[in-house]
Amino acid sequence: MIPVLLGIIIVNFLLIHIAPGDPVAIFLGSMGTSQEYVQAVRERLGLDKPLHIQLLIYIKNVLKGDLGFSYVNQEPVLKLIIERIPATLLLMGTALILSSILGVILGVISSKKPYSIIDNINTLIALIGYSIPVFWFGQILLIFLSLRLNLFPSQGMSSLRVVHSGLRYYLDLAHHLALPALALGLRFLAVNSRYARASMLEVLSLDFITTARSKGLKERTIFYKHALRNALLPVVTLFGINLGVVFAGAVLTETVFAWPGLGMLMLNAVYARDYPVLMGLLLVVSTMVILANLAVDIIYSFLDPRIEYH
Amino acid sequence: MLKETIGFWKRYRRSATGLAGLVIIVFLAMVALFADIISPQSPFSLGPHSFLPPSYQYPMGTDDLGRDILSGVVHGSRVSLLIGFLTAAASTLIGIMIGGFSGYCGGKIDDLFMRFTEFFQVIPRFFLALVIIALFGSSIWNIILVLAILSWPMTARLFRAEVLKFRNQDFVMAARAIGCNDVRIIFGHILPNARAPVIVNTSIQIAYAIILEAGLSFLGLGDPSRMSWGIMLFNAQQFLRRAWWFSTFPGTAIFLAILGFNLVGDALNDALNPRLKNMATAMKPTKTKERRGKFRWKIL
Repeated sequence: MIPVLLGIIIVNFLLIHIAPGDPVAIFLGSMGTSQEYVQAVRERLGLDKPLHIQLLIYIKNVLKGDLGFSYVNQEPVLKLIIERIPATLLLMGTALILSSILGVILGVISSKKPYSIIDNINTLIALIGYSIPVFWFGQILLIFLSLRLNLFPSQGMSSLRVVHSGLRYYLDLAHHLALPALALGLRFLAVNSRYARASMLEVLSLDFITTARSKGLKERTIFYKHALRNALLPVVTLFGINLGVVFAGAVLTETVFAWPGLGMLMLNAVYARDYPVLMGLLLVVSTMVILANLAVDIIYSFLDPRIEYH
Repeated sequence: MLKETIGFWKRYRRSATGLAGLVIIVFLAMVALFADIISPQSPFSLGPHSFLPPSYQYPMGTDDLGRDILSGVVHGSRVSLLIGFLTAAASTLIGIMIGGFSGYCGGKIDDLFMRFTEFFQVIPRFFLALVIIALFGSSIWNIILVLAILSWPMTARLFRAEVLKFRNQDFVMAARAIGCNDVRIIFGHILPNARAPVIVNTSIQIAYAIILEAGLSFLGLGDPSRMSWGIMLFNAQQFLRRAWWFSTFPGTAIFLAILGFNLVGDALNDALNPRLKNMATAMKPTKTKERRGKFRWKIL
C-alpha cells in the first residue's frame, strides 16, 4: 500500500512538471506576469532547485498536510477539499448502502428461480443499469421527475428559499438527496445484483448444500442460512473494486445536480485551470480509494476464516 | 478454421441478447461510416432557428445555436467509435505484449510488472484521465493516448494469467523442443488458446473507453473541434428546463453504444468459454418451438 501511495505522489509531482508550459505559469494562471514577480514566485515555490530536491520538498509538504494554495479561490487546497468532503461522502454513502442492499436482495430473489420471469426482469434491469451513463441518467431523472413533474428539487443540498431546522431539515435533505443518490446508485445496484445472483447459484451447486438437503433440512433453511451466508461473502469485495468508479460517478452526478461536493470543486477547478486543486483532489481521492480497499481487505479477512492476512 | 468459426457462431447465436447487441453495433458502425451521406451538413453549421423541438424538418430538433442535433448525433458516432476502437486496439496490443512477456519470463521482471499493474488497478482511472487531459490539452489523440495508457494494465494482467496457465503444458514443451523461439511460442501457440478472455476483454474495453470519453467530454474536456455525444450532453446541461431533446437523443446514443458492446461481450463470454457446470446451466430451458413461417432462419 505504501509504495502505491508514494507512487501517486510521485506521479502527481511529475505530471505538473512534464506538462507543457512553465510550472510557475501554471500555478499563477493568468495573473500578473512581471518578471520580478515570476522570479520571486519561482524562488518561493522552490522551483529553481534541482528536480529531486523539489520532489522531496513536495513529499514533505504533503505529509505535513500542505497540498498547495489555490490562487483562484484564495485558500489552501486542503481546506477547500475538507470543506467539501462531507457532502460527497453523504451522497456516496447513501448511494452505496442503499444500492448494495437492494442489489443483493434483487440478486438473491433472482437466484431462487433462475431463468424465470422475475429473473429475466432483474437481469434486464441489471444490464440497463450497468450500461446507462451516470450523468445522462441523472439528466433524464432531472428533466422528467424534477423539472417536469416537480416531484423533487432540481439542485443543491437544501432549499434556498426556506431555512428549515430539526426534523424538517433532514427531510428536506433527504428530498434533495433522492435523485442524485438514485442516479449514482443504479450502476452499483446492477453490479451487485449480477454478482449476488452468480454467487448464490455457484454456492447452491456445492456439495455441502446437497448434504444439507439429504439431512432433511427445510429448503428455506438451506437457502437463507447456509447458502446465503456463504454467497454474500464475496459481495464485500465489490465495494473495494467499484469504489473508484463510484467516486467518478459521484463527480459526474454532482455536476448534474449542482450538489456541493468534491465533484463541483473538481469541475470548477477544471474550468479555471486551477491546477493545485486538481492535483490535490487527485491525491486525496486516490488515497481514500486505497484506504477503502485496505479496509475492505481487512474486513473480508475477518469474515472469511479461510483467509489469512499477512 | 472455418468449422471452428461456424461452431462459434452457432454457440453465439443462442444468445438473443448477444444478437441484439451485434445488431446495435453494426447499426452504429454503419451510421458512423456513412455519416456524411446520412447527414451531409456539418454538425457545427448554425441554422436559422434555435431551440426547435423535434419536427419533420429537424427530427431531433435544434440546439441553442441552431445546429441540427440529428447531424450532431450522427457525426458524434464517428468520434465515439473511433475512440472506442483505437483505445481498445492499442490497449490490447500493448497488454498482450507486456503481459505475455512478463508471464512467460517470470522472476523479477514479473514481480516488477505486477507492482506496476497493481498501481493502475487501485488508482481511480477517471480522475487520473481528467487531470492529465486538463493539463495536456483535450485533442482526440490525447484522449485516445491517455485512455489507452490507463487501460492496458487490465489486458496485460488477463493475458499474463493465461500465459501462466499454459506455460507449463506439454504442447509448449513440444514447441520448444522443435526449436521455436519464445516470441513464436507466446504469440503463435499460447495466444490462439488464450483467445477467449482477450476477445471478451476487448469488447468490454471498447464500452469502457466510450463511457470514459463521454464522461470527460461531459465535464468540458472533450475535443472541441469535433462534435461528440458527451459534448452535446455538456451543452444540454444548462438548458434542461427549456429543451429536453438536447439531452435525450445524444444520451440515448451513448447508452445504445455501451449497451451494444456490453451485450456482445457477455454473449462472447458465453460462446467462447466452456460451459460451467452449475445449477444455472442445468436449469436453462431449451428452445423447442416449432418453426412457422416461410423463411428458413436456420440458415443464419
